[in-house]
Amino acid sequence: MEGIVGYGAYIPRNRIKVEEIAKVWGADAPSYKKGLMLEEKSVPSPDQDTITMSVEASKSAVKRAHIDPREIGAVYVGSESHPYAVKPSGTVLAEALGATPEAHTADFEFACKAGTEGMFVALGLVKAGEIKYGLAVGADTSQGAPGDALEYSAAAGAAAFIFGRDNVVAKALKTYSYMTDTPDFWRREYQYYPQHGGRFTGDPAYFKHVMGAARGIMDKTGMKPPDFDFVIFHQPNGKFPFRVGKRLGFEEKQIEQGWLVNKLGNTYSGSSPLGLTACLDVSKAGDKILLVSYGSGAGSDAFIFEVTKKIDEVRDLAPKTRELLDENKHYLEYGEYAKFRQKIKKAN
Amino acid sequence: MPTPSRYWREIPQRYRLEAQKCKNCGVVLFPPRLICPECKSRDFEDTKLAEKGKVLTYTIIRVPPHQFVDQAPFAVGIMELDDGVKLTGQIVDCDFEDLKIGLRVKIEFRKIFEEGGSGILCYGYKFVPDM
Amino acid sequence: MRDVAVIGVGITKWGELWEKSLRDIFVETALLALDDAGIDRIESMYVGCMSSGLFVGQEHIASLLADYLGQTPVPSARVETACASGGLALRLGYMEVASGMSDVVLVGGVEKMTDVNGYEATYALGSAADQEYEGYHGITFPGLYALIARAHMEKYGTTREQMALVAVKNHKNGAKNPLAQFPFEITVDSVLNSVMVADPLRILDCSPITDGAASVIICPVEMARKMKKPVIKVIGSGHATDMIALNQRKDMTWLEATYQAGRQAYDMADKRPEDIDLLEVHDCFTIAEICVIEALGMVEKGQGGKAVEDELTYIEGKIPVNPSGGLKAKGHPVGATGVAQVIEIVKQLSGDAGERQLKDPRIGMTQNMGGSGGSTVVHIFERE
Repeated sequence: MEGIVGYGAYIPRNRIKVEEIAKVWGADAPSYKKGLMLEEKSVPSPDQDTITMSVEASKSAVKRAHIDPREIGAVYVGSESHPYAVKPSGTVLAEALGATPEAHTADFEFACKAGTEGMFVALGLVKAGEIKYGLAVGADTSQGAPGDALEYSAAAGAAAFIFGRDNVVAKALKTYSYMTDTPDFWRREYQYYPQHGGRFTGDPAYFKHVMGAARGIMDKTGMKPPDFDFVIFHQPNGKFPFRVGKRLGFEEKQIEQGWLVNKLGNTYSGSSPLGLTACLDVSKAGDKILLVSYGSGAGSDAFIFEVTKKIDEVRDLAPKTRELLDENKHYLEYGEYAKFRQKIKKAN
Repeated sequence: MPTPSRYWREIPQRYRLEAQKCKNCGVVLFPPRLICPECKSRDFEDTKLAEKGKVLTYTIIRVPPHQFVDQAPFAVGIMELDDGVKLTGQIVDCDFEDLKIGLRVKIEFRKIFEEGGSGILCYGYKFVPDM
Repeated sequence: MRDVAVIGVGITKWGELWEKSLRDIFVETALLALDDAGIDRIESMYVGCMSSGLFVGQEHIASLLADYLGQTPVPSARVETACASGGLALRLGYMEVASGMSDVVLVGGVEKMTDVNGYEATYALGSAADQEYEGYHGITFPGLYALIARAHMEKYGTTREQMALVAVKNHKNGAKNPLAQFPFEITVDSVLNSVMVADPLRILDCSPITDGAASVIICPVEMARKMKKPVIKVIGSGHATDMIALNQRKDMTWLEATYQAGRQAYDMADKRPEDIDLLEVHDCFTIAEICVIEALGMVEKGQGGKAVEDELTYIEGKIPVNPSGGLKAKGHPVGATGVAQVIEIVKQLSGDAGERQLKDPRIGMTQNMGGSGGSTVVHIFERE
């Protein structure tokens, strides 16, 4: 059965604490930390972007899949921070892996669900028998406007998955998508920072679509919340995944392993995919995993995976997600962070 | 510095570390050449560089060329890879006080610089501590 | 081959010459050299210049300079081997006279460096490195020599203070050279506390950005003997290359091109290191002078730092190095440097070096180096 044959994660080492951002804007750090359930977030270095993080996550995925990159027939990068407005991220990634020229490549963009979109399509092409392997990456170096609530969470990271038919580490049992036109968060062409609808991003947006997708995929498979060992919801802040999980009937312990946001922030297209890599890192044969992404605009992709015993062979072939999250951290002050994120006006 | 064509031409080396091995004397050459500087052979086979190595010497650039102003100060070193090839590159994700000769490093894919505000983005290899 | 002598020299005050253009500074020194030789016509000219294209946007300066010197239609060639351009111009002029093709040849060097800002100058100088595999990664020239310095310190125990002493010694000499850009003394403390440029090298380890030119006239030795001045002959000439990228070299602390060019010059002149009374060498950075005197066989490998500490390379020492003040104090208008080195040797051998005059030297050597050591030109001169 088709599924994931290799996976990889990448998280930059820089972090900034909520207190450090709050200090600059005169905001009350304890209430932000409590309200967002967020302590710190990752920050890319000036030499890191969606492309570089995609390459590193994908190299780990290739190592775990143990395949010849020339057999990858599709290369998809989902991000809302593609470094070029026009020119694909996927071509750089494919070239860096040595997957050119016989591959289909596309850049996806759908707010925070661009990563799972690529996964959806890559898996579909493998299932259709069109390609042997398909690579999909969710990656972002998201930006929140200075002083905006988003600035506390907008983070950087990438997760990559290679789909195939044989030697899968996780079978893809089912996919399902749920979407409507809901303008809860957007960024117009030529604008540097996104805008959002405040509390409108909650019930009619995140909760409606995540719950719609989760209920839909469970209905179609006849599965119930207790059937899952791990569940990952998109993580725009610390609270939403637990709240939506509770409404759907999941317990906290099913959510905790894939819940990275308190130390990572919201990596947008990388958010729920990184939750999945963190779960695969500790999963064992037979484990069932529910993944539900969310992208503003708005929609959710849902996946159900069943882990195989192959996971034991590949787990240690590349860095694990929580190692990347917890080790070798480098804390930034706001000034350095502002420089790294090009928030300082300079002479040309 | 690079025009798109000049940048594109070096992609196999900068993205994938493609090198060549002299079929006559066995030396690994990076970047590839048309004639072996050691034995003058013109017969080569393709190979790829090792992705790990150690620092032979290093410096911290504090007065950079203009494309690198946003990154300064930054460390540059000459690394000896595990296949014996020596390579110049930046050493990143390493506090300056932790830099030392002999430090184990591995290659990561990074943005090297941007061609101004509207030109091409130039990628390639850098080195990070191998922990 | 005919023996060749230097019969005229011309050099002006170096520094930030805001009011003068590239052609102005070159022609001034060329006219001084013509006057010194007592001639007004030449048969050919060679001009060393590293990067007039990047510094002032002007190529084709061979013709420009022949034109403004009033010498058209003489053949004129620009010579480029990065910072060794001036030295190579002399070698080509020497070959032309020695071969009998021409009798009177002007050899000059020029660089106008202050018409661009610091970043652009750093970039232009950096173009002497391998642009695709060194420059691409942000390395600069101070950076490349810093890599050499760190490796030399690690391998031989060369100290930070020894490197500082090279700058102190050269400024001590330069203080007696009124044409130097920085004619004043400095201390070890001031070097060690100056701004860091590329660790471990600080700004006072580095030669400066300089506008300047230098010219000499060469001719067959028989012609020189008819003049009422000491006859300074070129008795040895060497030129060699090395891998342009520092990382490609087997030993980063060893300047193979300098060793090879030195060996050629010694062989041709039938001289040995101990025969040399003084040297003008390419101290673009303090560590460079240390490596150069090792490669020229003046001291054992790894002993270059100790040599300056023991004051062997001071004017009063056994092996005086850079009595002019070197690139460090005199300035380093890249293409002109190799020719200015020749002028210092000619002045010293002629007893015409003023306050910094050595006691009756007879044989002098110049060593002019391009890039991080990728090319080197060495000459040996002897007073008849």
